[in-house]
Amino acid sequence: MVSRVKDERAPELQGFREVQRLAYACAEAVAARLKPGVTEREAARMQREWLRERGVRDWFHLPFAWFGDRTAFAGFKVPLQFFPTDRRLEPGMPFILDMAPVYKGFTADIGYSGCLGLHPLHDRLLADLEAHRALILSEVRERRPLREIYEDVERLMIRQGYANRHRAYPFGVIAHKVDRVAERRWSPHVFGFGTQSLKGLLSDAVHGHRDGWSPLWSPYRFSDHPPQPGLWAVEPHLGFRGTGAKFEEILVVTDSRDPEQSAFWLDDDLPHVRRWAEERVAA
Amino acid sequence: MSLRDLPGARERRVATGGIELCVIELGDAARPTIVLVHGYPDSKEVWTQVARQLAEQWHVVLYDVRGHGRSTAPVPLRGGFTLEKLTDDFLAVADAVSPDRPVHVVGHDWGSVQAWEFATVSRTEGRIASFTSMSGPSLDHFGHWIKQRMTRPTPRRVGQLLGQGAKSWYVYMLHTPVLPELAWRGPLGKRWPRILERLEKVPPGDYPTPSLPDDAAHGAWLYRDNVRSRLRRPRADAFAHVPVQLITPTGDIFLSEQLYDGLDAWVPQLTRRSLPAKHWVPRTRPDQLASWIGEFAAVNETALRDGVPVRDTAPQGAYADRFGGQLVLVTGAAGGIGRATAFAFAEAGARVVVVDRDAEGASRTAELARLIGAPAAWAETVDVSDEQAMEKLAEKVAAEYGIVDVLVNNAGIGISGSFLETSTEEWRRVLDVNLWGVIHGCRLFGKQMADRGQGGHIVNTASAAAYQPSRALPAYSTSKAAVLMLSECLRAELAEKSIGVSAICPGIVNTNITATTRFAGTDAAEEQRLRKRTSKLYGMRNYPPEKVADAILRAVVRNQAVVPVTPESHGARFLSRLSPGALRAAARLKPPL
Repeated sequence: MVSRVKDERAPELQGFREVQRLAYACAEAVAARLKPGVTEREAARMQREWLRERGVRDWFHLPFAWFGDRTAFAGFKVPLQFFPTDRRLEPGMPFILDMAPVYKGFTADIGYSGCLGLHPLHDRLLADLEAHRALILSEVRERRPLREIYEDVERLMIRQGYANRHRAYPFGVIAHKVDRVAERRWSPHVFGFGTQSLKGLLSDAVHGHRDGWSPLWSPYRFSDHPPQPGLWAVEPHLGFRGTGAKFEEILVVTDSRDPEQSAFWLDDDLPHVRRWAEERVAA
Repeated sequence: MSLRDLPGARERRVATGGIELCVIELGDAARPTIVLVHGYPDSKEVWTQVARQLAEQWHVVLYDVRGHGRSTAPVPLRGGFTLEKLTDDFLAVADAVSPDRPVHVVGHDWGSVQAWEFATVSRTEGRIASFTSMSGPSLDHFGHWIKQRMTRPTPRRVGQLLGQGAKSWYVYMLHTPVLPELAWRGPLGKRWPRILERLEKVPPGDYPTPSLPDDAAHGAWLYRDNVRSRLRRPRADAFAHVPVQLITPTGDIFLSEQLYDGLDAWVPQLTRRSLPAKHWVPRTRPDQLASWIGEFAAVNETALRDGVPVRDTAPQGAYADRFGGQLVLVTGAAGGIGRATAFAFAEAGARVVVVDRDAEGASRTAELARLIGAPAAWAETVDVSDEQAMEKLAEKVAAEYGIVDVLVNNAGIGISGSFLETSTEEWRRVLDVNLWGVIHGCRLFGKQMADRGQGGHIVNTASAAAYQPSRALPAYSTSKAAVLMLSECLRAELAEKSIGVSAICPGIVNTNITATTRFAGTDAAEEQRLRKRTSKLYGMRNYPPEKVADAILRAVVRNQAVVPVTPESHGARFLSRLSPGALRAAARLKPPL
């Protein structure tokens, strides 16, 4: 259903926009409550409770929180290390909040990077993410194979002096598809992922496998295809010597012939985008 | 030039406890004061070069310890050199030269031993702003150090005790009656300058002064009056009430580094520095000392004013004690190993000069280096194969940033393909960058280091291809083998100047070099395919350049000659010595590209 979106006024998108805004509002609210001594587990629980109070019942994945050098996934070997730990936040530490709520059947998956106090290096990383947002959009509009776009993003990161840290995610993905999810009264989660969403992803994977595309945007051969219409949660993640920063938001890809309408970011009124605009004004 | 002839030197005499101390002041008296205290058997002249440099920004005060130089000696000598009396002397000098502001104290050898007393007794509280110690432990800490090791003697602790016990041979000699005096006033006093020059590499000059035999004879009482009593009954409350900067010369033949192992327990605010040098650092490394002393005093002046603890502002990286404030130049630092090396030095608090052809990449490296701890970082756009450009760079660096302490000749390009298909032009290009670039760097910056005469280190990036022959890399391997041998020869030559030379042999490391490698005898399309293919293989190997950077810093600290980095590089090095035939056989294999 979503893949038939023709332009940004499509009514289906409104639901996604709403849940993405809700998730970012949650991130900002929780970030404002983070104080020295708060643990990752507590930060994850704060996100969960905030969203549950506002009607979220199901998840694409449960909220994550990473503090300090865990924002750069330093020393991550197995996926279990992504789960929140008892690490405490200290002054000057960077943090990342990552959550994927399902609200009224619409999914969002967002990542919010912040820092407790001043951190000029973290500011630099956040500022440098802007080029990636622009690069991804322009190359998707050119309908370049996803694998090549992935490589170009990685090259830009290396040129900027950073390491590609989204490679640490399962399958090394920079993005994955999100979709509408059936609302069930009971939806358990396995390893932090909602079963309904996993079901959607799996069915996409099966269909895509037949047609030569994949709902996971990875550096591997199965991503060597042009962008598939639909909604993609894109999450470029920079790491630099124990400091990491990312954003994650939904990119809408349509089958429109108009390049402007063929791909666009679901919402341009997000904290990181506003931040870049403010920085430009200040400069 | 002697101390009294330095511009603006004022001499005054301070009376204290029945003796008179000779005090020299340099620099503007309105500025914060740094007091330099000399050791045994020295006089204040040991500080000449350090004092001259510090006087540009500080009010520098030096005095001859009682019984030394132009200060008078107590009568009788026995009992006249106790740490209590030395503390009285210091307070008298401090009150005379800086009555209403605390002073920064710097001590070397026995100057440092006494200054530890100043920094740990309560009656000096509020009179000292900071203390820089070199080659002189607190006798109280030393006493506890010995006691700990005697009461629980593990093999390691016994080894440490015996090691330091052997290094202290001269202390036992000084406790014998009359003999030391006779020796110093006789043959030892006469030969001492030559001994210092030969064994300690102390450059000749205004030091030692003619008063040496008397200084040394009087100073023997420093040991006799204090060592036995303090080591037997060390004070239990010898906690430092000021921030301390500990400078440890790693080649000191009188004091082992382990003496300072538990120092953090005694000093709440401790900054550690280490210096590859022998005992007489004020003579052999005056530039580095002046910069560390000045920097530490400045940080503490700011801390006094703003109330920020010093510890929080110090760089945290590995080897920060060794590279903090040093000047490091890295070529080829716009990416790969060079960039990672620049970052590693930046994290250790070094000032970094980033050199590369790629201006944008270089300035990016410099910018990030400043963000992660480099007090300063500059980008210079230079092609290392361009002799004139390199000469200009060397002049500019010396004039604007100073003499380079660590030089990393890392810039290099890749070339692959059979020998018969490699054109002379391609040969020239690879030798120009890989070999001549290193030669220019060593020639220009190595000469500056040697002329300064205060040590330094040169790192050349060779390759595992320097000892692993291969039919696929004839030109590249040749250039790198030349770099390896150049490094070995240079190491032999510069050893007498205390300049270390290391050759790094990384192996297969995931960097951009594969994406720009020239494949001889191929057209553009085929070359592009090969570049992609090798980049992919290197990516699958995925050995990070950061690990090579760590190996480079370690090589400088340990002064290693040849450093293979990746396991395959270690393996090739091992085989090249054990069974070169196996490597020759491997060299015949065609790489699967």
